[in-house]
Parts: sequence; structure tokens; C-alpha cells
Amino acid sequence: MALRRVSKKSIELGLWHSHGLVREFSTFSLPNLPYDYWALEPVIMTEIMKLHHQQHHQSYVTNYNNALVRLEHALTMADSPTIVRLQSAIKFNGGGHINHSIFWKNLSPVKELGGEPPKPSLGSAIDRQYGSLDALIQKVNAEGAALQGSGWVWLALDKERKQLSVETTADQDPLVTEGSALVPLIGIDVWEHAYYLQYRDVKSNYLKNIWKVINWKYASEIYEKECP
Amino acid sequence: MGSFCYHTFPASSHLLVSDFAPGFKSPKLPYLSKQQERWFSRSQGASKIFAYYGLREPPYKLDALEPYMSRKTLEKHWGGHHRNYVEGLNKQLEKTEVLYGCTMDELVKVTYNNGNPLPEFNNAAQVWNHDFFWDSMQPGGGDMPKLGVLQQIEKDFGSFTNFREKFVEAALTLFGSGWVWLVLKREERRLAVIKTSNAVCPLVWDDIPIISLDMWEHAYYLDYKNDKGKYVNVFMDHLVSWNVATGRMARAEAFVNLGEPKIPIA
Repeated sequence: MALRRVSKKSIELGLWHSHGLVREFSTFSLPNLPYDYWALEPVIMTEIMKLHHQQHHQSYVTNYNNALVRLEHALTMADSPTIVRLQSAIKFNGGGHINHSIFWKNLSPVKELGGEPPKPSLGSAIDRQYGSLDALIQKVNAEGAALQGSGWVWLALDKERKQLSVETTADQDPLVTEGSALVPLIGIDVWEHAYYLQYRDVKSNYLKNIWKVINWKYASEIYEKECP
Repeated sequence: MGSFCYHTFPASSHLLVSDFAPGFKSPKLPYLSKQQERWFSRSQGASKIFAYYGLREPPYKLDALEPYMSRKTLEKHWGGHHRNYVEGLNKQLEKTEVLYGCTMDELVKVTYNNGNPLPEFNNAAQVWNHDFFWDSMQPGGGDMPKLGVLQQIEKDFGSFTNFREKFVEAALTLFGSGWVWLVLKREERRLAVIKTSNAVCPLVWDDIPIISLDMWEHAYYLDYKNDKGKYVNVFMDHLVSWNVATGRMARAEAFVNLGEPKIPIA
């Protein structure tokens, strides 16, 4: 899954350093949703989709780009303290961009692919490892409900061991922070902004309902690519 | 068996002890009649001590903070989230014998376990945090602190404006869920603005919190959606209770010497 890098901005740094060159720098931009804002109703309401995409995800992209610009400058100046200090902003905002880009693809309107169970080979891998799709869903929902604070719950594929697993990450940490071999198949945003306007404090209802719009076809494609 | 009640409990610790029927190990008495034996075993059965924490109400009606914090936010935040933390905590405490008998402050510090928190920490700390938060606000709040608190803020931050900027900045740069605090640092003997993640609160480092602001999304999302800046500014302008802060500072000065000792010259 490629992160969309649409605009190529060449940032000319008028400063030359002994190691320095003018570097080419691509900024990141907000990907479009593959469906309308109202398309996931009544599972996820329009207002949430609009805010989530146009405000939350957009601000991650904006702040990610800002952090990268400052990183670029710090690299040219060989300013190690700044380089290191920027890491948390990059992890948070970059992670937010990565995670949400996957999330939009993980969802699909009910009329299209939403909720349709996975076909082999992912379907049979799930049955082999968890017994049934329902058992997997229960596990994911339990982990999501137990997560304290903000974070994500994932169905992950360990591409080296060819095994599925259910993982959670805190805040906007991308899945790779839990293991470099982990590939995200499905990610569910359990930050409160993802459901609060509609489900209020009943996170479990959100988790129960979201499976109606989960796009298993996308997950299967990723799985088949890694486990042919 | 134990009946637990959620009535308001004015003291700072809201520990309600119910069904206090301590068991006792009776020596095996010979020659007991069947009826007497049955009596002994029944009273020994009711030997568990249950301690329950109660959900304390905010010191104002749920719609008193309108229009800055809506009634429906308070209903969900206090009636939903805060209540769940209390009930979750009580459920967890049923299973442990080591942790009962603490005040909330003690429970928070003990379950923090020096940075390796026990499973009860999240619930305990969030109960404490929310009690503290409701108390940190009042209808008709905001404005400026007076007298001692203002003096201390000006001493430690330069000016009230500078403090306010720092507080707002901390709130807006917090990643994920958490809280922003004005604390009195015990060792450094000065005020500071700090931010903490999830359920952590300055009690665990033995510092004295003066005011707090809940930056979990559930605290502001219904009223302000993603506009954190507006929420924080409204809090500073209309909600924060400097009266309560003054009381807390006064109490804190009993433990932290903020000035030079006034030794009278004979």
C-alpha cells in the first residue's frame, strides 16, 4: 500500500554546509476517500467521517510535513539535538498519516464490499488460527475495548512466520513499532474521535458495528501478496 | 451481604466500608451441639470485608457550566466515564485483599508502583483525576487568580500571561489522551505546568496539583469537536476555579516552604 505522494516540492535551502546539498523533498498529502462521506451510514455517521478525514487526518498530514521540513533543515545543519527532538512529532504525525491512510481502505460501504467475509486464503488462515471469523472478531473487539487511552487495534500478518496476530498500538504508533515483520491487514481506530459523536462512551457498540463496513477484500489482497 | 451505596461523602477520601463482619478463628470447642456448630460456621462464613469507593458528585449541577461545558457532556463524562472508572475499580478491588483501606491518594500512589503500574492503577487514578477536575472548575470561573496564587505565578512564570500561554501550549501539544496540570513541585518549591499521558497524575511523583484540565477527547468532543484551542481557552476564561486553587495552594504551603522562613528577631 503506497502512501500518496502527489506534490513534489523542491525546497531550496539557501545554506550550504560542508556535507550539504540542496535536497529534493516530497511532501505528503491527504488521500481522497474511496467513497462519499455519507457512504458508511448508519454504521459511521457522515459528520464523523467529515471531521475524521478533513480535520484529524489533514492535521496529521500538515504537521507531518512541517516536521519533515524542520528535519530536512536540521539534517543539512547537522543539528543532532533538533534531529532527535523531532522524532516524536514525526512518529506521532507520520504515524497518524500512515494509520489513517490504511483505515480508509479498510472500510467500504455495505452496498459494495463492506462486511463481506474474507475468501480463501485469508479466510481459511483465520479459521485455522482462530477457529472462526467470529472468534477473531471477538478477540479484536476485546483488545480494542481493553485499550486504555488512545490507540489502534490491528489484525496483523507476520510476514516472516506467515502467522496472523491481533495487536494494539498506543496513540498513533504504526504497527511496525510492535514488530518489524508485521504487516497491517485491518486496523481499527479506537481514538475517541473515531466514534464519540455517534456511540458516545459505548466503545463496544462501535466495535461491534464496524465489522459491517470492514473491507475484507483489501485485507485478502495484502495477505495474498505476502503469502502467495 | 454487602450493600454498596453511592451517596455523597464530604471527606476527601470516599471510602465506604460495608458489611464489616470480621471473621474469627474459633478454637475447636468440643462437645458442641449440632445447633451451636451450625451457628459458628454461619458467622465464620460472613467474614469478608468489602470496601467500596463511591462516585462523588461535582460541586455544582450538571448544567451549571453551560454554555461552556454542556449538560450532555457532563452527563456522559461524569455519569458514564467517571462512573465506569469507579465501578471498574470496585470490581477489581473485590479480587484483591492487599489494596483495601487506602484513601484515594494512597491508592493512586501504591498502584502506580513506581512506574510499573498495577492493573488497578488506571481506574484508581482516573477516579482521582476526575474528582480533582470537577473541583477545579466552577460556574462563573475563569478570570484571574488573586493574592498569594497570583504572586506565586508571577514569581515562577514571570507573568500570568506567560503562565497562561504555557498552559495552553501544553494542552495543544499533548499527543494522545492525557491531562494538563498546574502543579507545585515539592522539591523545587515552585509552580510548573506539566502534561501527563492517559491516567498519570502528579501525585505519583509526590508533587501537589493545583488545577487540572482533561484533554481526553471525551472531555471536549461533544461540545467543541476537534477545536482543542477553543476548549482550552474557554476553560481558562470561563471555567477554571481560582478559588479552589487558592485553597489548594494554602494547604500545600503547610507542606512546602515557598518563602524564606520568617524568624522573628527578639
